[in-house]
Amino acid sequence: MKGAEALVEALKLEGVEVIFGISGGAALPIYDALARETSIRHLLVRHEQAAAHMAEGYSRASGRVGVCLATSGPGATNLVTGIADAAMDSIPLVAITGQVPTAVIGSDAFQEADIVGITMPIVKHSFQVRNPDDIPRIVKEAFHIARTGRGGPVLVDVPRDMAQAQLKGFKFPEKVEIRGYNPACVCDDGEIARAAALIAQARQPVIYAGGGIIASDSSEQLVRLAEKIDAPVAMTLMGRGVIPDRHPLSMNMLGMHGTAYANWAVRDCDLLIAVGVRFDDRVTGNLARFARNAKVIHVEIDPAEIRKNRYAEVAIHADAKEALTKLGAAVQKAEHTDWRRQIAQWKEEQPLAYDRDGALKPQYIMEQLADMTEGAPILATDVGQHQMWAAQFYPFQRPRQWLTSGGLGTMGYGFPAALGAKVAFPEQDVWLVTGDGSFQMNLQELATSVIYGLPVKIALFNNSSLGMVKQWQDLFYEKRYSGIDLKDVPNFKLLAEAYGCVGITVTTPEQVRPALERARDVKDRTVLIDFQHDPDEHVYPMIASGLSVDEMQLQPLGGRKKA
Amino acid sequence: MVAVPANGSMKKHTISVLVENRPGVLARVSGLFARRGFNIDSLAVSATERSDVSRMTVVTLGDERDLDQVIRQLNKLIDVITIFDHTRDDLVEREIALIKVRATVENRSEIMQLTQIFRADIVSISPRDETMIIDVTGDADKIDAFLETMAKFQVLEMVRTGKIALVRGSKMT
Repeated sequence: MKGAEALVEALKLEGVEVIFGISGGAALPIYDALARETSIRHLLVRHEQAAAHMAEGYSRASGRVGVCLATSGPGATNLVTGIADAAMDSIPLVAITGQVPTAVIGSDAFQEADIVGITMPIVKHSFQVRNPDDIPRIVKEAFHIARTGRGGPVLVDVPRDMAQAQLKGFKFPEKVEIRGYNPACVCDDGEIARAAALIAQARQPVIYAGGGIIASDSSEQLVRLAEKIDAPVAMTLMGRGVIPDRHPLSMNMLGMHGTAYANWAVRDCDLLIAVGVRFDDRVTGNLARFARNAKVIHVEIDPAEIRKNRYAEVAIHADAKEALTKLGAAVQKAEHTDWRRQIAQWKEEQPLAYDRDGALKPQYIMEQLADMTEGAPILATDVGQHQMWAAQFYPFQRPRQWLTSGGLGTMGYGFPAALGAKVAFPEQDVWLVTGDGSFQMNLQELATSVIYGLPVKIALFNNSSLGMVKQWQDLFYEKRYSGIDLKDVPNFKLLAEAYGCVGITVTTPEQVRPALERARDVKDRTVLIDFQHDPDEHVYPMIASGLSVDEMQLQPLGGRKKA
Repeated sequence: MVAVPANGSMKKHTISVLVENRPGVLARVSGLFARRGFNIDSLAVSATERSDVSRMTVVTLGDERDLDQVIRQLNKLIDVITIFDHTRDDLVEREIALIKVRATVENRSEIMQLTQIFRADIVSISPRDETMIIDVTGDADKIDAFLETMAKFQVLEMVRTGKIALVRGSKMT
């Protein structure tokens, strides 16, 4: 058995069903071995960055480890953005790269890049195969590291000669033993008891819920705890879906573009129960003034995040599922009627709102999408204004239906992530909410969607500009527009049709619903709706960078009507 | 480094990091210090009594919270096996400096005397071009003091290792 065959065999034993990738010289032996393995499906994409994002979308939607594959040099460097994205959002990902033969590593050989060195700051761990007999163990360890503890990307770099060399024997280890890596953490009962005591004293508790709850599949436990202690839940961008938005305890999102009521609740709470979050600057703004009256309970799997940004009175180093289960059992049932009434009043006074002045508003499109789908489909987004409107207006029903690039903020993430989710769940509807800027960063994957029969529904929010940057230039740079004008190019309807997809152009509010319904009803092809909306709309509420809830800007409503 | 109020004063902390003896591990550790803005005052990498383990002795400057982050972030590296914070340990610490000084007929005996006082060694003498190399071993304070003493002579070149350290007694780190 050759190294490449051992690699593929080990992937099979890991239960890998699908790989997203692009071949090339150094990866030829791996592709040759893949051609002879029928149980693993390989999707040939059009750009390696998309392969990485597809693997991320597949992983986030399914809870499994995503796998992408590229050749050496440019193939490998094209994966870098996806690997960094997975690192920031704790997505289990295994990236396999071809490499030039060991004999010429370091000689600037054709298509050589030191991908292990390049990715060192953004991987959870990396391997370079130096002995073909190590391949099964390396694969086993790579998947173990990617999926356990705080998930993340692992790189496996395979020099071409290692892929071609004969193994002495194929031995796939049953167990992983890495002495420097012990992700198992025991949830401390003393800390649970201290947390329960703080919760018992709290009069105005808030749960600050993040992506860690989704990663540990513990939404149920979170909702049960929230209900038992009657604590409203503010979600991070990555945590959208941990509690359904129709649930009375949902306060939607907090932070820079969070709802006013979620941010006010965090401002006034006396206990902040932070679960699977890292006190990111987009959530906290000015740290010194974030939840300034609150004691903090921090449940977190990564010990390096505990007390990194914010002191926690009680720190529970644990997997969210175990901690929430134990905490749910340890707390007393409570009711916070006045507190809940206060939040309901804030919500009444300051809901998510926008001007209905007759123009085609992006928020209206999101509302219509929400109304039509009731939040059932998987929803992927790119990065920018449309992403925030999607996070605000989509009525999330469940975890793992929401795919977005949070930490890295990667434009170009959304479309491939949507395709990755469609691969994981071919029977489910997958919508992509994207912008004209973001979509053009990976639109070449329209080909992938057509060729592999992966129909997704694309709502393209077209303002002919980099809208979020424009918003900042409007607000903070006296409208001195610089580097934001994307003009009215291309014609997205024709672009979609050129790839064999359905293209629809929408320019008025009346056209929105019929277009959405048509996209919903087309089952066999990808549909792209080009929504040419009011380009001057801003995302509100907004807490500008580094400021606090006291400086929150609300939607300035002209002829003000509530949404 | 981190957006939390400083907790305590800036101090030098010595930590021992036991790592897998593998290619690339030094890059992972030093890269982590660089990208997270942690200060490295000195770093010594060496073999240990176990062939598959290397020991990095790191002196880092920061307050207690910085140190806590350094240790927690280092712990996330898969190739890091264990970390010992020596803040409260009774340590034997050593550094070595080699100092090349201009030693003329006039000042040579004074240099030799001072070298003796510091229990340093003259390890090379080149009478023709009037230079000497002095080897001084000890903790950082001793080496600092010796260098200060030598400053009045013409120091041509100096090289100094990072600190290595072991805890006194039977405590293994």
